[in-house]
Amino acid sequence: MEITLETVVFYFLAAFITVFSILTVTTSRMVRSATYLLFTLFGTAGIYFLLGYTFLGSVQIMVYAGGIVVLYVFSILLTSGEGDRTEKLKRSKFLAGLGTTAAGAVIVLFVTLKHKFMATTDVAPLEIDIKTIGHAMLSGDKYGYLLPFEAVSILLLACIVGGLLIARKR
Amino acid sequence: MEYYLIVSAIMFFAGIYGFFTRRNTLAILISIELILNATDINFAVFNRFLFPGGLEGYFFSLFSIAISAAETAIAIAIMINIYRNIRSIQVGKLNELKW
Repeated sequence: MEITLETVVFYFLAAFITVFSILTVTTSRMVRSATYLLFTLFGTAGIYFLLGYTFLGSVQIMVYAGGIVVLYVFSILLTSGEGDRTEKLKRSKFLAGLGTTAAGAVIVLFVTLKHKFMATTDVAPLEIDIKTIGHAMLSGDKYGYLLPFEAVSILLLACIVGGLLIARKR
Repeated sequence: MEYYLIVSAIMFFAGIYGFFTRRNTLAILISIELILNATDINFAVFNRFLFPGGLEGYFFSLFSIAISAAETAIAIAIMINIYRNIRSIQVGKLNELKW
């Protein structure tokens, strides 16, 4: 396999995502976990840009990295603060969790890599322009996504109202 | 193409490990975010390499990002409410229904 720039960038992003996602779930301090999650989400956005999906990568950065992680940091600082470290896990629970996860990962990777995907020969990243996305998202015919778009907007309204009702001051 | 799937599988199982072993409920929610992100990568990769002409996986990822944002907001609101009532968010303490 020839060493193109795309391969180098992919291996860098893969290592980045792997390291930071494992660090997210094993660190004992909560604010560090949220920071590692932020880096993982930036790595995921990098993969979307590598695939040529620039709009999806931008949405990922804006919504996930810019909205959700900020929300998590606020809620961590509101509830437990920095002084609360998660206590050490019992040995048996740690081994059980690790064993289950490792077994599941082996099974899934085996099934995924055994399957012969009919992948297209590596074309250059074709960028889907925003006009195509806009037409597809707002059209009501067979391959249009107007109904999910409106349904998601109703869902967001329900979440706003629900969130306000749950978290208001009594 | 399989290398992308390996990356997303690692992220998925890191999220599952965090879901099983973490004691803080906000850490469990962060692990759920990792799981959802891994499936979004999978959808985008399948769309790009198996069906380059269509947009189904792309839109699935887009709507999944929106829905997980909404679900995170509600979950954090619930956690803040729990903290106001019992002053703790460890899962060991959440063992009583409303009296």
